[in-house]
Amino acid sequence: MSPLVSTIIAVVTSLNVLACAWLIWWTARRRPNEAAVGEVTDHVWDGDLRERNNPMPRWWLILFFLSILFCFVYFLLYPALGNYPGVLGWTNTGQYRQEMHAAREQYKPVYAAFAGRSVAELAKDRNALALGHSLFANNCTNCHGSDARGAVGFPNLTDNDWLYGGSPETITQTIEQGRSGVMPPLGAVLGPQGVDEVVAYVESLSGRSAPTAKVAAGAARFALCAGCHGPDGKGNQQIGAPNLTDDIWLYGGSDAAIRKTITEGRNGTMPSHAWLGEDRVRLLAAYVYSLSHSQ
Amino acid sequence: MQVSETYNDNVVRQFAIATVVWGIVGMAVGVLIAAQLAWPALNFDIPWLSYGRLRPLHTNAVIFAFGGSALIGTSFYVAQRTCHVRLFSDRLAAFVFWGWQAVILCAAITLPLGITQGKEYAELEWPIDLLIAIVWISYAIVFFGTIAKRRVKHIYVANWFYAAFIVTIAVLHIFNNLAIPVSLTKSYGIYSGVVDAMMQWWYGHNAVGFFLTAGFLGMMYYFVPKQAERPIYSYRLSVVHFWALISVYMWAGPHHLHYTSLPDWVQSIGAAFSILLLAPSWGGMINGIMTLSGAWGKLRTDPILKFMIVSLAFYGMSTFEGPMMSIKTVNALSHYTDWVIGHVHSGALGWVAMMTIGSMYSLIPRLFNRTQMYSIKLIDVHFWTSTIGVVLYITSMWIAGVMQGLMWRAFNSDGTLTYSFIESVKATHPFYLVRLLGGFLFLCGMLIMAYNVWKTVRGNSPVAAPVLLTNVAAANDGARP
Repeated sequence: MSPLVSTIIAVVTSLNVLACAWLIWWTARRRPNEAAVGEVTDHVWDGDLRERNNPMPRWWLILFFLSILFCFVYFLLYPALGNYPGVLGWTNTGQYRQEMHAAREQYKPVYAAFAGRSVAELAKDRNALALGHSLFANNCTNCHGSDARGAVGFPNLTDNDWLYGGSPETITQTIEQGRSGVMPPLGAVLGPQGVDEVVAYVESLSGRSAPTAKVAAGAARFALCAGCHGPDGKGNQQIGAPNLTDDIWLYGGSDAAIRKTITEGRNGTMPSHAWLGEDRVRLLAAYVYSLSHSQ
Repeated sequence: MQVSETYNDNVVRQFAIATVVWGIVGMAVGVLIAAQLAWPALNFDIPWLSYGRLRPLHTNAVIFAFGGSALIGTSFYVAQRTCHVRLFSDRLAAFVFWGWQAVILCAAITLPLGITQGKEYAELEWPIDLLIAIVWISYAIVFFGTIAKRRVKHIYVANWFYAAFIVTIAVLHIFNNLAIPVSLTKSYGIYSGVVDAMMQWWYGHNAVGFFLTAGFLGMMYYFVPKQAERPIYSYRLSVVHFWALISVYMWAGPHHLHYTSLPDWVQSIGAAFSILLLAPSWGGMINGIMTLSGAWGKLRTDPILKFMIVSLAFYGMSTFEGPMMSIKTVNALSHYTDWVIGHVHSGALGWVAMMTIGSMYSLIPRLFNRTQMYSIKLIDVHFWTSTIGVVLYITSMWIAGVMQGLMWRAFNSDGTLTYSFIESVKATHPFYLVRLLGGFLFLCGMLIMAYNVWKTVRGNSPVAAPVLLTNVAAANDGARP
């Protein structure tokens, strides 16, 4: 802020605190002709409402003056009076950085024990998996659930069915860099009848019964989908296109859900977790890998 | 001097009855949403009954319908009695009553429908905001018009507090709700980002400070000395704590935004002024409680005074707790937990509602030409029901809040969090049940009150009270700074 604004803030803030001290002093002064201490004043309202002329309690005045003093000490130590940063140089972000740095240092040895080991190796280490589980509970459960079985729109990580591949390397890459899965909306391209037919065909791919004529028509239209999902509908892990033949459904496998997916498209986002740092990402990857590769 | 002028108690009677009715409605919604937190299925999968829509209905109903009716009604009563004059305008006063009820009705319809600005305690959309502004300005005209034509020179202390409440709420309401309408039911606020947050809590905290504190201190300054039949302890104390309270409260809002992107210096000022607020707040408590000095015996026999004194005790406790929670290190634990909910309710139930209830028990017989309420015994039952209810409510929320704060910041030896959020919710469940019981007891007390009020006012034709002129001369004499 500009020096002028800063000065105004500092002055107005200080003045309001000082005004409290002045207010006490000004009010406490005895006036000529006022009622004796402890007596009622001569004002009466509504027949019987009166006020006594008692002094302000001493302990209360001490409390008040101490809090006024506290304000000025606080203004001196901490950023409060406009641009003045305070003697301690404290800031919100500074405190955050300091605490995060201290935590990193404190927990370094814990993670150092697992440094330099491969994901596959870590996935067999009981201690590494315990740590991975803690990291998973903190960072992944909001979407994938505390049992890692996912939810609608969020993949199940325990079934060894992978959108982008289940090798230690691809899991690490997914966690570190994130993923963005896009199913384009095809309602306008296919038209209502076309959507109907493609839904029937997609359902037939995983062995569900569907009207033969519609399935045949849908198969003819499937060329539109094959670019991503492959001519046989088995998907493409290079681009995260799901396998449509295994009866595992990211967005639900009901007739209505499939229809919605085709008509309106889907956008799936796995955010990047590079900020966790390489050590933690590797431990997470090991934990996720272990979920579908039990010993 | 003889005049045939009478007080306008009709509008006060209307507001008094509305206070009891809206108290029951608002608290019943509170009990329902407390039950929903314990058993989420109680929203029955009906959008209008979902927690997110009923919670603002609860807060609006108890603050603005129950609290607002109590404040406007008593301020009309107190201003007339202590200015020794009839209300400035009967027609405008009637408009204030019916206008305020219309606002409440609009809130009760729009909030369950999901029509909201999304600003806490200022959820109502722009057409209702405009109506509130019109009603509030009319209210100010009636109140200040009455003060202006008073027959006594000195303005009684209760009126200062009502005046500060009326002026500040007008300013807060208008500036916080500035918005650009896009349709009848949708608008966009003119503030964005952190400025919006700052405005929101400047409004939100001063709604607490001026609606729920200054206004009710006005109520306290009339009904406590009236019921205790004792003079106010110290007028010097009232002068200092009044000016200090209203000037310092204005700065305290940022303590709601500690450790956010609000600039550091604003957060610091919020914290410092919150500490500074302790003494001015306690000034009101001291003046109220010490007014009883020399009449402590009345507490044994008069449950109305019990309501008032316990209310002042809760006021003192909440206004100690508030500054404490504004200290950043404490706030780091208490923020976002149910401790905040406990704090709010020790103020809202303990202070605001109990002062209102006490004042209504004192006021309603006078308004309806009775010497006292139908049953003093039932007032006592109400007192104990509410007190136990409040204590259950706030202690359960304290424990829940501190527990949540500790769980959220518990770390494993590897630096990961010990608990997931849902584990803290699960751990809170028993305390939600205790809170529900506390709230339910408080609601039961209000139902007892409704019965007592019904029996008191039923079949009675109130008599218009003549304006009291005997003390006018005395109140005009004597110099006072």
